[in-house]
Amino acid sequence: MSNDVILTAKGLTKRFGGGGFMAKSPVMQAVSDISLEIRRGETFAIVGESGCGKSTLARLLMRLLDPTEGQVTFDGQDISHVTGADLTRLRRDMQFIFQDPFSSLNPRMTVGKLIGEPLEVHAPNLGARDRRQKVAELLQQVGLPAEHANRYPHEFSGGQRQRIGIARALASGPKLVIGDEPVSALDVSVQAQVINLLGDLSRDLGLTLVVIAHDLGVIRHMSDRVAVMYLGRIIEMGTAAEVFEQPRHPYTQALLASIPAPRSAEAPREQLSGEMPSPSAPPPGCAFHTRCPHATSACSAAIPTITKVGNSHSVACHRWQDIPVPEGQTAEPARSDQAESRFALYRAALAGGAVQHGPHE
Amino acid sequence: MSPDPSPLSPPDTGDQGRDILSLRDFRLRFRGQPVPTVNGIDLKVAAGEILCIVGESGCGKSVTAMSIMGLLPPRSSEVLSGSLDFLGKSYDLRHENLPAGQRGNQIAMIFQEPMTSLNPSFTVGNQIAESVLQHQGGSRAEAMERAHDMLVKVGIPAPRQRLNEYPYQLSGGMRQRVMIAMALANDPKLLIADEPTTALDVTIQAQILDLIRDLRRETGMGTMMITHDLGVVAEIADSVAVMYGGEVVEYGPVTEIFDNPQHPYTIGLMSAMPRLDQPGGRLAIVPGSVPSMANMPSGCRFRSRCAFAHARCADPAPKVEAAPGHSVACHFAPLEQNLAVTA
Repeated sequence: MSNDVILTAKGLTKRFGGGGFMAKSPVMQAVSDISLEIRRGETFAIVGESGCGKSTLARLLMRLLDPTEGQVTFDGQDISHVTGADLTRLRRDMQFIFQDPFSSLNPRMTVGKLIGEPLEVHAPNLGARDRRQKVAELLQQVGLPAEHANRYPHEFSGGQRQRIGIARALASGPKLVIGDEPVSALDVSVQAQVINLLGDLSRDLGLTLVVIAHDLGVIRHMSDRVAVMYLGRIIEMGTAAEVFEQPRHPYTQALLASIPAPRSAEAPREQLSGEMPSPSAPPPGCAFHTRCPHATSACSAAIPTITKVGNSHSVACHRWQDIPVPEGQTAEPARSDQAESRFALYRAALAGGAVQHGPHE
Repeated sequence: MSPDPSPLSPPDTGDQGRDILSLRDFRLRFRGQPVPTVNGIDLKVAAGEILCIVGESGCGKSVTAMSIMGLLPPRSSEVLSGSLDFLGKSYDLRHENLPAGQRGNQIAMIFQEPMTSLNPSFTVGNQIAESVLQHQGGSRAEAMERAHDMLVKVGIPAPRQRLNEYPYQLSGGMRQRVMIAMALANDPKLLIADEPTTALDVTIQAQILDLIRDLRRETGMGTMMITHDLGVVAEIADSVAVMYGGEVVEYGPVTEIFDNPQHPYTIGLMSAMPRLDQPGGRLAIVPGSVPSMANMPSGCRFRSRCAFAHARCADPAPKVEAAPGHSVACHFAPLEQNLAVTA
């Protein structure tokens, strides 16, 4: 990971609605005044609950949506308003992986066609045979046999389909890939396979990954830096270690406290009450004050600005200096030695170790 | 080949009298499938117990729950064996289902996606009241009053007003609360929850889990929860049944399952979970995915994906008692005594 910035967003705002023929639809500000920098080669995660604007932000970053205000710079070029050939070039450099591997692949196209299609657009000079060769390489890259190019999506399991989606995203040779909940539709065992694959690809190809997810365990595992969103704004941002070990914003603290874990009836969790307000009628001041256990009258008066609290760690909270950092929120229960020894056996066998059956002590 | 071993038995909690539900040797085949989709399982839920059934999609968790409720169409599926004891009465599932009067009244079920399980064209109050009228009778006004009380109980703010709202006016978390309110309106003895929090955000999931735990304490109902999230299991379960390929491969109290996992599948699932305190690196995986019924291996059904598989695994796995109340179906359990791995 270097400090070389690949993508910059400045003051990004997106409003929907306000139009309408007979009656004006209500204006909804999905994303408000977001500024961030994504560094080349890093894995950057955006976390938040449904409706916090994380998917809208991802679509703004890749110019699938036009920002209402603000600008996005990719590789030194302002892309907020590019069109035509420049936009096509941008699409080659930035690709998307979707959440649902069942609805994002055309059921009537073979896998070879699905993966070859972006090549037709982005490498039109490639001959049919070279394209087939490239498709075979891409399939191998995501861990599928090259013969699968002749099959249709319905012949594959969810995890395999997600691999096909990834191969398709990689076909144009992108520099940056954005995944909107890329593993949340998968079972835990298959999810681990895809997480490993994304890790390998980002390392081997020097890809920059932007991952949107709501599973905090997945985010902690995959990402270098994390931004936490609430009602259209980034309320905390920093390295994964900073955000998970030293959460400063009460919302981040509440999110971490919500992670299911064994707990005794005597020590119930600090629970967040209520739900996120509607983005079409956000509360005044800090949007989180309606649910915040630390809120004072000042919190409903002004929107907190994002403040640096550490080297690369920043938070948008009026009271961050008064709020203690909770201890051990991300401590996992200790595993027994017995369990650990079996996990070790399992990993060794998975890694290709020779298994000798018979009584052992 | 040796005859099929008996299914893993549920932990003996020593209070048989308090059992609400006990399912024995349940075997079900979908028509056109070569082998049974559910291949002989035993499950038991006692009063106040939360049993979690874990496993990947396609391992028979939901089919089992639907069968207990009698919701599977008899034309597409065939029960090969199985008896169900429910509240002291015994039913032979080959020939009969639970009587309709028991379902909804004594057993209630909640589903993963609350939007598709609520009727969009009736108000929340009407839907809850309907189930009360159906099972308890009485007047409409009384049923509405009951609906109101239930909304209070599941922690819905402004319940009077919510009674007259439609499902689309509610958020996902609120809809799931309404589903739970409806399910519990008739004081069921058993709640079957099929992935009740999977579609919800983590803060809302925490609220719903706390709600289920509170209700269990207040009403003493038994709960059978289907989930694939081991974090949820660790948090809420009393006992755990791990299912793979239509069989229970490991069954025991929750602390036993986490501290003394025996089956390679259980161990694989746990290793595949990203941990908050060990970021980065590669996760262990369970290779491949659940085979279709047509490709299901004979003997131990997990052997096609098992890192420790051996020729002997082509025979059905024996039942091994790992600890009191904790059983596992594996030829090589406990692993460290029966095999070694060299690099």
